Amino acid sequence: MTDTVQKTAPVVVNRGTPPATTDFNALKVVHTRHYVRWVFGALVLFVVLQFLWSLATNDRYGWDVVAEYFFAPAILRGLGLTLALTAVAGSIGFLLGTLLALARLSKSPILNSVSWSFIWFFRSVPLLVQVLIWYNLGYLYPQLGLGIPFTDTYFLGFDTITLISQFAAAVLGLSLHQAAYSAEIIRGGILSVDQGQLEAAAALGLPRHTRVLRIILPQAARSILPNAFNEIIGLLKGTSIVSVIALGELFYVAQVIYNRNQQVIPLLLVAVIWYIVLTTVLSIGQFYVERHFARGAERVLPPTPVQKARRWVSEQWARLDETPSVGAGIDAKSESFRL
Amino acid sequence: MSAATQTTGLVEIRGVSKSYSGHEVLRDVNLTVRPGEVVAILGPSGSGKSTLLRTINHLESVDRGWVTVDGALIGYEQRGDRLFELKEKEILKRRTQVGVVFQNFNLFPHLTAAENIAEAPVALKRVSKSDGRELALGLLAKVGLGDKADAYPRQLSGGQQQRVAIARALALAPKVLLFDEPTSALDPELVGEVLDVIRDLATLGTTLVIVTHEIGFAREVADRIVFIDGGQVLEVGTPAQVFGSPKHPRTKEFLGKVL
Repeated sequence: MTDTVQKTAPVVVNRGTPPATTDFNALKVVHTRHYVRWVFGALVLFVVLQFLWSLATNDRYGWDVVAEYFFAPAILRGLGLTLALTAVAGSIGFLLGTLLALARLSKSPILNSVSWSFIWFFRSVPLLVQVLIWYNLGYLYPQLGLGIPFTDTYFLGFDTITLISQFAAAVLGLSLHQAAYSAEIIRGGILSVDQGQLEAAAALGLPRHTRVLRIILPQAARSILPNAFNEIIGLLKGTSIVSVIALGELFYVAQVIYNRNQQVIPLLLVAVIWYIVLTTVLSIGQFYVERHFARGAERVLPPTPVQKARRWVSEQWARLDETPSVGAGIDAKSESFRL
Repeated sequence: MSAATQTTGLVEIRGVSKSYSGHEVLRDVNLTVRPGEVVAILGPSGSGKSTLLRTINHLESVDRGWVTVDGALIGYEQRGDRLFELKEKEILKRRTQVGVVFQNFNLFPHLTAAENIAEAPVALKRVSKSDGRELALGLLAKVGLGDKADAYPRQLSGGQQQRVAIARALALAPKVLLFDEPTSALDPELVGEVLDVIRDLATLGTTLVIVTHEIGFAREVADRIVFIDGGQVLEVGTPAQVFGSPKHPRTKEFLGKVL
């Protein structure tokens, strides 16, 4: 802060009277009082404190039960399955989504319309219904395998029920659903890349895969990423839907336990806190990934929270041996505008 | 300027016509650019000069007629009495013989200056990654930006960006370089530095085709001036002929407005 203090006096424009010679730097600055802001601030603070107080004192929250089950092996196993489902369905979803987006933008009318139909269909069917259909696929097709097309002759066949387990049904449902949504997000990102970039890449004779992977997708990533993280966080919580086919992910395990011990709220809290923890980790990851892809788009990269904290501490240190002046007041204001 | 010594970089445009949804932008254009020659294309806006430039490296396809570079069609190959449309890979290979410098630079914003230049030679496996960087540093020094290798395009001024774009086009050692209004997006005080770089190139023997509004520059640097209006080549000649005694009334009218 000290190094940004303006040493020169601000320019004063006086009309009619001769120019003032007062040294404004020597005067004390009185900040504007925001009384209404203080009143509303106090009101909000009161509501928040009241809520926190109730969290601490209302024993129906059952924090002891929450603590007891938070690291219970069954809960951790459910958590692991939730993470696995998110990772697998997210990866397949975004990979398939990228292919669908590229197909949708290709010049082939067949690829184009197949991609469009896929997106149309899987955005139309509710995820819950889709998961149930995959789980019951054995009713429609008792056997799956390789054989002579358009006949019932198989060389290699499996019973659908053994092939599509609960996990497989969940992965199929979640990843196809995810693919349809991420395809549109990725397509939007690709469309946002300036046409001139494509021309420049083509004029340089870059092969198609280089153009897509090195030029277009890294630039599209800037508009894809915020939406993509939204989708992944949505998927993480969306995995709770597969509890309908009795797959033991976090939410299902919590349900099983509270059906046994009747501690509904504490066990839902266990699940909620875990979902919050995972979402927090993803949000932090989002900040750093987005920062990475901001290279070149901004002249100076935004500071990381660690850098911000360091700067704040050093500013507070510097402030201790500083006397406020007009220049500093103005500077502090412009600083807060930027934040 | 050194046309006599140069043997590659011959561009032939024969009977090229092109229309966009009924509107004819090029009408039966014929033009030969000799190896090593510097040709400036002038004309009012909307006259088709940029479109003509873009047909040379197949960024724009043509409806009738053909364009060759050193006798080879960019998009097709002749086998017997048939023309086969080339695979994308082959078109890309031929395209690298023709470099383009765009009005809006079109540098890749997520890559540094050096990475922008090295991208194509490395992707096309002409040089290794480390040699690519060496190549880029050499070219940056050539356009007077030796100290900007690790700057991102947005950290450079317009003139500097355009010089990086020229270095990027040079990295593939093209036989022909096309300039599509290279100084039109620049502040007046930045135009000079870009023209200086192009002036240097003009003496090196690469064929240059320049679409420009800088009449003074065209007169100074070009071997021949081509005047286009309404999608037709109306006049071709040395700067002395075209500026000194224009034959076509439309050329006279245009020069009267801009000189």
